[in-house]
Amino acid sequence: MSQPTTDSATEETAESDDRLIETEVSVSETVTQPAGASTIIDVGDLSVYYHDDQALRSVSMEIPERQVTALIGPSGCGKSTFLRCLNRMNDLIDAARVDGTVELLGQNVYDDDVDPVALRRRIGMVFQEPNPFPKSIYDNVAYGLRVQGKADDIDLDAEVERALRSAALWDEVKDQLDKSGLELSGGQQQRLCIARAIAPDPEVILMDEPASALDPVATSKIEDLIDDLAEEYTVIIVTHNMQQAARISDKTAVFLTGGELVEFDDTQTIFENPADPRVEDYITGKFG
Amino acid sequence: MSNESTDLQLAGGEQSRKARERLYRYIFLSCAALTVFITTGIFVTLTVDAVKFFSTVPPVDFLTGTTWRVSRGEFGVLPLVFGTLAVTVISALVAIPTGVLAAAYLSEYASARTRAILKPGLEILAGIPTVVYGYLALVYFTPFLRTLGINAGTFNILSASILVGILIIPMVSSLSEDAMSSVPDSLREASYGLGATKFDVTIGVVIPAAASGIFASFILALSRAIGETMVVAMAMGLRPRMPSTATGPFGIPYIQPMETVTTSGQTMTSAMIQAVEADAAVSPVVGQSLFALGLTLFVMTFAMNFLSNRIANRYREEYQ
Repeated sequence: MSQPTTDSATEETAESDDRLIETEVSVSETVTQPAGASTIIDVGDLSVYYHDDQALRSVSMEIPERQVTALIGPSGCGKSTFLRCLNRMNDLIDAARVDGTVELLGQNVYDDDVDPVALRRRIGMVFQEPNPFPKSIYDNVAYGLRVQGKADDIDLDAEVERALRSAALWDEVKDQLDKSGLELSGGQQQRLCIARAIAPDPEVILMDEPASALDPVATSKIEDLIDDLAEEYTVIIVTHNMQQAARISDKTAVFLTGGELVEFDDTQTIFENPADPRVEDYITGKFG
Repeated sequence: MSNESTDLQLAGGEQSRKARERLYRYIFLSCAALTVFITTGIFVTLTVDAVKFFSTVPPVDFLTGTTWRVSRGEFGVLPLVFGTLAVTVISALVAIPTGVLAAAYLSEYASARTRAILKPGLEILAGIPTVVYGYLALVYFTPFLRTLGINAGTFNILSASILVGILIIPMVSSLSEDAMSSVPDSLREASYGLGATKFDVTIGVVIPAAASGIFASFILALSRAIGETMVVAMAMGLRPRMPSTATGPFGIPYIQPMETVTTSGQTMTSAMIQAVEADAAVSPVVGQSLFALGLTLFVMTFAMNFLSNRIANRYREEYQ
């Protein structure tokens, strides 16, 4: 965050190499805001079942506003399930059943009168595999604004440009906005998906392992981007890459097999002085 | 077993397997060649007999004549082309919207259980013999049109065409549903994640991404409508007619659509049935007209396939 983003790919690579070496240092740098920033999402006793299998066990967590919260843990630990509860994407799975509360600024999103469509307009999402629509770059970014009925009231061109700039993609695509989003490279596609998610200006952005399908250079660009996004948005990111969590997040939640939240604290504390021995085992690679 | 005997078995298997593989290859090849051979054969036969026909009836008279009356030696194909086009257009108006929306319901809205019941149901519709549709048109649908206040003749284009439309709905819906179901869920998730409604996802993402498959279903269904014979022979009448016209202001003639579709007409296919029956009794040229009509039908279907492919390529949104 202290370092401005650069346009040149080579500089960014160099920067990311430094980061790999100096993980310890960057952890202490990343936690810029003290604990106690205001809570945007308050999760209480959240459990999720797929048929009879419990995927999440009574998870409670207060997610701070305009910070990066990382969810880490081994495969099948329920971190993606947790993420998908926050914008009710689990509603799309017939077999899923959710207990507990998820309060977005005090409003339980699982209340009967809450429309998941309206909720998802305030909580954007970026997925593991880049999934741009088979439409032009412009139409991809404009899609959210259009379905949300905002496209007529605003300068759409300006909003598309703003979103692409925020996603650090504008300079690469500004002359080819009519080109299909699928013609971009994997890393560019993922930044396009981020631009698409931020174009309608949500309050929260959920990211489900957004860099796991990308090469190291593209990954470091996404990580820089996440840093910048946290100035304006609350970012909640699932990752199975612990170095990534250490580099980019302010808070870290550790899930372990069975859908249990084992520890949730400042990233620095989790990585340097975890309270739970299982977390220490996981972080040092003895488990998972 | 010793190593030696295992080696021998391996060596022996190699020879016979290669021979078998060669044999399979030739069996498959001959089946593939057969289809090409038959298609070419049909085309050549059609052309040869059509050429004989055109040595008696000048092609210009055939293509521009507005009267098809075999008994008087009048072979103008236009009324038959008009009949066929009328059936194709009206049945498309029935089948395309209904079929695509039914497919969208099955793919995007229906629960797994509903789909398990509805989809086979729709496919059964495709298995009903076409003669049943012809009977329904004649005995039930035409009287039904009359109760709606439409002055339909006993045999009429509208009733036959709507039933042909119903007949081809399953082709459109079944193939379109397959195309929509193969759109990856990641695109749906992306769309729902942006606050799209089910309708937005269906219209804005799924249908465009499935467009090439949906267009393919139109092509197949409309080719079927063009070639459909039984329903039109039963319910549309056997009178080749040009569209009804009236004279408007300043003596400008115009087509009266309702007049046209509520009276009888004839398609190329049903004219071909008549030609087959009349063959020996009248003259060889009537029999040969069969092939000229067949060739015209072939060209029409081919042109439509070509055009649809062009349109599909223009509008499709290819996903990975």
